[in-house]
Amino acid sequence: MMMEKFALRSRILLAGAAMSALLLAGAPAGAVTPADTLVEGFAIDDIISMDPGEAFELSTAEVTGNTYDLLVRLDLSDTSKVKGDLAESWTVSDDGLTYTFKLKPGLKFASGNPITAADVAWTFERVIKLDKSPAFIIGQFGISGDNVTEKAKAVDDSTFQFTVDKAYAPSFVLNCLSATVASVVDAKVVKEHIAAVTPSADYKWDNDFGNAWLKTGYAGSGVFKLREWRANEAVVLERNDNYYGEKAKLARVIYRNMKESSGQRLALEAGDIDVARNLEPNDLDAIAKNADLTTTSAPKGTVYYISLNQKNANLAKPEVRQAFKYLVDYDALSSTILKGIGEIHQTFLPKGVLGELDENPFKLDVAKAKELLAKAGLPDGFSVTMDVRTGQPTTGMAESIQQTLGQAGIKLEIIPGDGKQTLTKYRARNHDIYIGQWGQDYFDPNSNAQTFASNPDNSDAAKTKTLAWRNAWDIPDLTKQTEAALLEKDAGKRADMYKDLEKKILDTSPFVVIHQQLEVAGLRKNLKGFALGPSFDSNFVGPVSKE
Amino acid sequence: MSAVEKEVAAGRGSARAIAIASSLGRFLVIAITTYLGLLAVTFFIGRVIPIDPVLAVLGDRAPANVVERTRREMGLDLPLVEQFYIYVKNALNGNFGTSVLTTNPVMTDIRRALPATTELATLGTLIGALFGVPLGVLAAVRRGSLIDQIVRVIGLIGYSVPIFWLGLLALVLFYAKLQWVAFPARLDVVYEYTFTPITGFYLLDSLWQGQWDVFYDAFRHIILPASLLGYFSLAYISRMTRSFMLNELTQEYIVAARAKGLSETRIIWGHALRNAAVPMVTVIALSYAGLLEGSVLTETVFSWPGIGLYITNSLQNADMNAVLGGTIVIGSVFIAINLLSDLLYRVLDPRTKVR
Repeated sequence: MMMEKFALRSRILLAGAAMSALLLAGAPAGAVTPADTLVEGFAIDDIISMDPGEAFELSTAEVTGNTYDLLVRLDLSDTSKVKGDLAESWTVSDDGLTYTFKLKPGLKFASGNPITAADVAWTFERVIKLDKSPAFIIGQFGISGDNVTEKAKAVDDSTFQFTVDKAYAPSFVLNCLSATVASVVDAKVVKEHIAAVTPSADYKWDNDFGNAWLKTGYAGSGVFKLREWRANEAVVLERNDNYYGEKAKLARVIYRNMKESSGQRLALEAGDIDVARNLEPNDLDAIAKNADLTTTSAPKGTVYYISLNQKNANLAKPEVRQAFKYLVDYDALSSTILKGIGEIHQTFLPKGVLGELDENPFKLDVAKAKELLAKAGLPDGFSVTMDVRTGQPTTGMAESIQQTLGQAGIKLEIIPGDGKQTLTKYRARNHDIYIGQWGQDYFDPNSNAQTFASNPDNSDAAKTKTLAWRNAWDIPDLTKQTEAALLEKDAGKRADMYKDLEKKILDTSPFVVIHQQLEVAGLRKNLKGFALGPSFDSNFVGPVSKE
Repeated sequence: MSAVEKEVAAGRGSARAIAIASSLGRFLVIAITTYLGLLAVTFFIGRVIPIDPVLAVLGDRAPANVVERTRREMGLDLPLVEQFYIYVKNALNGNFGTSVLTTNPVMTDIRRALPATTELATLGTLIGALFGVPLGVLAAVRRGSLIDQIVRVIGLIGYSVPIFWLGLLALVLFYAKLQWVAFPARLDVVYEYTFTPITGFYLLDSLWQGQWDVFYDAFRHIILPASLLGYFSLAYISRMTRSFMLNELTQEYIVAARAKGLSETRIIWGHALRNAAVPMVTVIALSYAGLLEGSVLTETVFSWPGIGLYITNSLQNADMNAVLGGTIVIGSVFIAINLLSDLLYRVLDPRTKVR
C-alpha cells in the first residue's frame, strides 16, 4: 500500500516536473532597492582590515574615505592642492620643519566624543608604532616610534603640531597627510578596545593600539559610519548624524561583494543593485545602450606598463629599451581592449597629480624599432618571455604586444599565471618582461617618482625595493634628482622638476608606460549625485540620492 | 568492517564487545592516518606553490621592512618541517590559525560557510533523489521506450554541460528575464537588518522564528542554485537507479513474484526497488558528499558564500590556514557520510545485520 501511494505521488511529481518550477517561483520580483539605501555591486574581496592605520587596499580606501576624516583632504576642484577637512587652517614655520594645524570648532566623532588635537596626535602615534604597510607615508618624515610623541603632538585642544626632519616641499607633506593612513581615529573609543601584547624584538610596545578590534570596528567621524564588514560578503555603512559638513542624503550604503562583471550587469539590469563597479568593456557597452541605465567614469591614479628586466643582457641595451616603446600599438589598444577603461598615457605620473606631463610621443613604428635593434647589434631580433597575469586587460594587451614585437623579429613567449604568482616572480626579479599596473600610494608626484625613478641600492639585499629595483635598473643620478624634488618649496618649480624626470624616464627607462586606468561604473538612472573621484579614497557616496 | 562482522557472525558472542572495540579502534587509526596524510599533503603543496604568502597578507605596496617582519611573524623563515610541526601542534589544541583574507579564526569562517553549503547541498540532493529515483525506475521498467530515451538525454546533458554555463543561462532566463527567482545571494538587502540567523540554515531559521517573508525570500534565492545542483545529482542518480533496477528485474525472485500473481506495481516498487535501494543509498550519499564539498562553480555564479567559494578564494590568495582548515572539515564530512551510509546500508539490508 505504502509503495503504491509512493508510486502515485511520484507520478504526480513527474507529470508536474516542469510545472512545479512555475508554482514554486511565485510572482515576479519587481526588484527595487530600498529608497533610502544605495546598493553597490563591487568586488570587495581585497579588504583585509578596516583599520585605517593598517589598510592599504583599494576597496578599503573607498570605505575609509567615506567613514573617516583627515586633517586635510584632496581638493577635488584642483587635485594638485589640498583643502582643510578637520583642519580649519595651517601654517608652516620659516625653517620648513614645523606644521601647525588649527582644528575647526565643535567637531564630533560619530560616537559623540569631541574631536581634539589629542585624538590627532594619538592617531599618528598608533600609526607609527603599529608600523603596518601604509605607515611609511608618515614615517618618511623622520618619524619613528621613539620620537613620534614629540614630533606629532597636541599643543592645546584645537592645535596640532607636526615636525618633520627636513625642509620638505610643503605640498609633499600636505599631500601625504591627505592619505587614508592619516585618518583621525576616536582615541577614547579605540582605547576601550586595546589588547595587551608581549613586546618582542619586532614590536616594542605592550599593547596593540586597538588594532585587533579596529580591523572590523569603527572609530571615525566621516559622513557615513561603518556598521559592518563581513569578509567576502558585504560592507554596510550608515549615515553619521554627527558629521560636521553636509549630511549624507541616504540612510545607508551597502557594498555587496560581487566578483563577476556579467553578474553585476544582470543585477543592475534587474534593479537589485544601484551601481555596478567592476564592468568589462562588453558589459559596459550593453549598459550604455540600456534606457534605464547610464555609465560614468573617472581616470584613476593607476598606470599600466610593461617593464624590461635589466638582468637580461638584451633588454639592458639602451636601444632595445627604446625600440620596445615603438613596438606597442597604442592606438589599436585604446580602440579595442582598453576602450572605455583606459586612456593612453605614456608618462609615469597620472593625470591630476602635480607635475604631470601630458605627452605621448610614442606610436607604433616598426621601421624605427628595427633600426634601433640593428644599432644594438640585434638586427634579427631575439627571444624573450613575458609574465602575464591571466584575465583582462593584461592578457589582451600582452597578445597585442606579442604580435607587434613579432613584426620586428622579437619572439615573445607569454607565460600566463595567477596574479599573485606573477607578482611573486616579479618581486624576486626573476622575470624577463613583466606587464602590470602601479597605483599611487598617496596623491603626490613623489609616490610614483620614488618607485619609477629612484633605486637607492641595486643589490639583491636592498632595503628599498622600488619598481626600478625590481627591474635591476641602476640609476644613481635619477635617484638624487628624485630626492632633490622633495625639498623644492616652490610648487611650480617642483612641478617642473618632475616634468624633467618624466622626460628622462620616457627616453631611457626600461618602463613602457601604456595607459592610465579609467574607473567605470554602471548605474540606475534614478541615482543623483553619483560620481567617481580622482583617487580611490575620493569615491564619495555622501552626495548620492535617489529619485 | 566485514572482517569484524564475520567474526561476530561466527558466533563468538562473548567476544562481541571486544570486536566492537577493535572495529572502533581500527576506525580511529584509519581516521587519524587519513587526517595526517591529508594535512601533510595540503600543507606541503601549500608551501611549494610559487606564491609568496606574505603577499597575500600585505599586498604589493608594503615596504620591504614590513614584508620581512611579517614573514618572521608568520613563521615562514623557519624550516618547513618545523612549520608543519607547529601547525599540527596548534591544530591538536583546536587552533587552526587565522585566515589572512577575513582576519577571522579559520573555524569561525567555516562555521559561517558550512551551513550555507549544507543547506544548498541538502536541498539539491533532495531534489535529485526525489526526481532521479522515480525517473530511473521508470526508465528501467519501460526500457527502450520514449521515457527511457528522455531520461537518457536528461542524464547525458547533466553529465556533459558545464555547470557554470547552465547556471548563467538559468540566471539570465529565470532571474533577469522572467524575474521568478531572486538575485544571486542568500537574502535580499532589506532583510540584512531584520533577520539574525541562529543555525545558519536560513530556511529553518526563518521558519523557527516565524518570519514567513524571510523564508519566502530565502527560498527565492536558494531555489535556482539548488535546482541546478539537484539536476546534476538527478542525472547521476537516475542513471544509477536505472542500471540497479535493470539488474534486479532480471532476478529470479521477480519471476517468482509474478508467478504468485502480485501486481506489477507491487513487484517494481515493493520488491525490486527495495533491493536496489541498498546500493542506491551509497550512490545518493556519495553524491551528497560531493555537493557538500562545495560546488565551487555554482557558488561562484550564485555568489553563494559557501565552503567551496571560501576555499577556492583562499587557495588563490595563498591563505594556507584557511585552505588547511577547510580541507580538514571537508575530510571529516566525507568520513562521517561514509560511516553514515554504511550504517544505513545495514538497516536496509537484513543480510548485513549482526545476529
